[in-house]
Amino acid sequence: MPDTIAVDVTRYRPDRDDRPTTQRYEIPLRKEWTVLDGLNYVKDRVDGTLSYRWSCRMGICGSCGMTIDGDPKLACETFLTDHRPGPVRVEPLHNFPVIRDLVVELTDFMAKLPRAKPWLVTDSDKPPPDAEYRQTPAEMDEYKQYSMCINCMLCYAACPVYGLERDFLGPALIALAQRYNLDSRDHGADERLEVVSAPEGVWDCTFVGECSRACPKGVDPAGAIQRYKVTAAKETLRSLLLPWGRR
Amino acid sequence: MTEYTGLYQRLYRTRVPILWWLRRRSYLAFVVRELSSVFVAWAVVFLLLLAHAVASGPRQYQSFLAWSAAPWVLTVNAVALALVVYHAVTWFNVAPQALVLRVRGRRVPARVVAGLHYGLWALVSAVVAWIVI
Amino acid sequence: MTIRHDVVIAGGGGAGLRAAIAIAEARPDLSIATISKVYPMRSHTVSAEGGAAAVKLPADSLDEHAHDTISGGDWLCDQDAVEAFVAEAPEELLRLEHWGCPWSREPDGQVAVRAFGGMRQRRTWFAADKTGFHLLHTLFQTSLKYPSIVRYDEWFITRVLVDDGRVGGVVAIELMSGRIETITAGAVIVCTGGCGRVYPFTTNANTSTGDGMALAFRAGAPLKDMEFVQYHPTGLPFTGILISEAARAEGGWLVNRDGYRYLQDYNLGRPAPGPVLRSMELGPRDRLSQAFVKEVEKGRAIDTPWGPVVHLDLRHLGEEVIEARLPFVRELCLDYEHIDPVRELIPVRPVVHYMMGGVDTDLHGATPLDGLYAAGETACVSINGANRLGSNSLPELLVFGARAGAAVAEAAEGRRAPGPAVLAQGQDERRHLERDLLQRDRGRERIAAVREEMQQTVEQGAGIYRSGDSLTKAADKLHELQERCGSVAIDDHSRVFNTELTAALELSFMLDVAQSVVRCAWLRQESRGAHQRIDFPTRDDERYLAHSLIHLAEDGEPEVRYRPVTITRWPPAERVYGR
Repeated sequence: MPDTIAVDVTRYRPDRDDRPTTQRYEIPLRKEWTVLDGLNYVKDRVDGTLSYRWSCRMGICGSCGMTIDGDPKLACETFLTDHRPGPVRVEPLHNFPVIRDLVVELTDFMAKLPRAKPWLVTDSDKPPPDAEYRQTPAEMDEYKQYSMCINCMLCYAACPVYGLERDFLGPALIALAQRYNLDSRDHGADERLEVVSAPEGVWDCTFVGECSRACPKGVDPAGAIQRYKVTAAKETLRSLLLPWGRR
Repeated sequence: MTEYTGLYQRLYRTRVPILWWLRRRSYLAFVVRELSSVFVAWAVVFLLLLAHAVASGPRQYQSFLAWSAAPWVLTVNAVALALVVYHAVTWFNVAPQALVLRVRGRRVPARVVAGLHYGLWALVSAVVAWIVI
Repeated sequence: MTIRHDVVIAGGGGAGLRAAIAIAEARPDLSIATISKVYPMRSHTVSAEGGAAAVKLPADSLDEHAHDTISGGDWLCDQDAVEAFVAEAPEELLRLEHWGCPWSREPDGQVAVRAFGGMRQRRTWFAADKTGFHLLHTLFQTSLKYPSIVRYDEWFITRVLVDDGRVGGVVAIELMSGRIETITAGAVIVCTGGCGRVYPFTTNANTSTGDGMALAFRAGAPLKDMEFVQYHPTGLPFTGILISEAARAEGGWLVNRDGYRYLQDYNLGRPAPGPVLRSMELGPRDRLSQAFVKEVEKGRAIDTPWGPVVHLDLRHLGEEVIEARLPFVRELCLDYEHIDPVRELIPVRPVVHYMMGGVDTDLHGATPLDGLYAAGETACVSINGANRLGSNSLPELLVFGARAGAAVAEAAEGRRAPGPAVLAQGQDERRHLERDLLQRDRGRERIAAVREEMQQTVEQGAGIYRSGDSLTKAADKLHELQERCGSVAIDDHSRVFNTELTAALELSFMLDVAQSVVRCAWLRQESRGAHQRIDFPTRDDERYLAHSLIHLAEDGEPEVRYRPVTITRWPPAERVYGR
């Protein structure tokens, strides 16, 4: 095994660059090193001006999403040896404005987040019980998968619709709405319907399916969206057939 | 609501290139599927024309058959057939993700959902074939 | 420009969010700023795995939870704090359930509880082995409901402002733009988490750099019990990624190079095939990590390029249990070690995991400095004493996050608006950042070089076992590193997302923390819990049934004092495990 590998990193420094450029770094190639370890090597020993986000380095905080050899990946879960012989191309996540180097701007997602009401909506007349709400393991399995999203934004980077249509709520957010809709303790599905079944909600999705392939945590947002379309269509039909109100 | 306090200075925004759908096989597959709906529509129009011709008597029907045999119509129909099949197949493969069925509390596996779709498709085709032939 | 809020919460992890929600519910009219250097869902709470302890089963009692906690902490816990903690933990975990946290369930739909290290009863609530992740996301998503919580995501706090003995706000840098702002508030709650990055080998995230501890210390608040640093017995070699204690609670075994369950040699009980509470692998973390060191000394560990390891054996649990109860453990092993615990042994070694010490607070999160509060790992109430029990930290950040929030909400009325002196200090800090750091062009050495030397120094001087000698050497070295830290190179002069600047600031925070750890460890001439002095191998209740409090004296030099431990109902006794 050769002992080094080249990493081509996209640089963009807004106070001096008009457009991104590529900078090549030669780094040691070690079998236990991820792309993140490689970037840390550069930051610590070669070039302290390189900027990127990282924190937990164990695939759970969702900070280090990047485009690695063309695919949206978590840098802490992508091993250098899987990208031999290199050079490994490291770019910021696609579909997001770049703040600097590998750091992208996530404000759009953060601002949209509350619109999906990603919290448990309960019957306000009834106070919660003294004990827990009962929920069987089977009921939990209904939404469990959708609760595993770490907000790493890889699905947004993989989604061509989000690239073309900034108003699209996007995969993770709709999966999150579904996570609460399918929770047996929740009664907020009606409140979320208006936002999620709007044109920029599920109907913007044309089912490319790349979001589910990109997801590092097996959330399957594409599936969540398709399921929601069925629900939304049923609701629309019902309100057409029974125009005098629900039920 | 949450207030955002960011200063929007020189963010670099990339434009999505016109040929973005050539970047990945899955993007291409997706664009082809979107495009295939035009041919699905064409198949419907063709069927309506056929029905109209049959209803208008043998002479009309004969001229419709002659028109259908024209090379360009044949070509269009061949392409339409391929794309309609493509459309159907991708649609059926998606079905298990959109449709969550439960039998006695257990989720029906994706393969079974897709399999049922294909089975139903084959059955309907067979019935149609039996009526026509 | 100055930004005004009623309350500033430094940190957006579990404790910070819980405090914010508590204030928003009690006093919707107060404007709350949560300022964090990362987006809330990136906070290190996300990495907690095993669970959260609170009495649940009829067979269990608050007193038993309190006793487990106090004996686990080697009697250094303040018992009034522990009593409040165990009493409020159940309602806090229940509240999380009502907010949607996906706790793992029994077949009948009740919340399930599992065994955990040092606990006499099953009382650890869990969400598979991603408890911290689910807890943090539930808190974060719930916090979005409250309009009075204003988030400053990716803002880095550089200083807590104090005027006339009273906290008046903070100075923070917005990373995206580089602008430096003074944010005034009548109260500041520090919830910035731990400081594991002071050590070279840690489970902690890159962000756990003790910022809040150093900020509070510099503002004049004392740090308490900083010599008590927890080594978790099972971290993956090289990365230091945590393999949850849940792995042992579900029945995993620790074995040495001969496949022998070595813990039976260390007064932790006799091996049984299944997990036995408060015995063997379910002993407390300090004792397990210390046993590892002894195994290495006996030559019974396994040598790897990343140092000696022992093995964690889960194979007898079977794939079904591992998938249902420990999916994240399996995922981490597959991703980072390329081994499958269903069929293979997991190499593990002790790894720095948690800081028992922290900013000195009372039962309501208040520090001795007027207007300054702290909660979570940053704080030291103290319920953890000399050694924290696994699964007590998540309920701690909820209970004391909520308590700090309630205290701030209640005291908000009596607070005056911060005076001009606070604003002047803010201007000073801003000039300092702009002139001394952003324009530095003659830095002598790399930040990482100083940081690595600091980490090695602290590990060698104040590791699992320490001595007067090792601590003296470490203190001298840290003093030198402190000097060198003042002239590290900051090549990056950009305002925008300057992570070299933040790394330099974090390094200086960590050096303050490291020096506190070493100084308090040097002064405590006894062995208790996680603080093991080879030159003073026994516990000395005569002299040291007391908290160390280190603070900056008038002359700017650190000074250590002691305060007796509060004992209510459990007089000091021997810690007994496995019997």
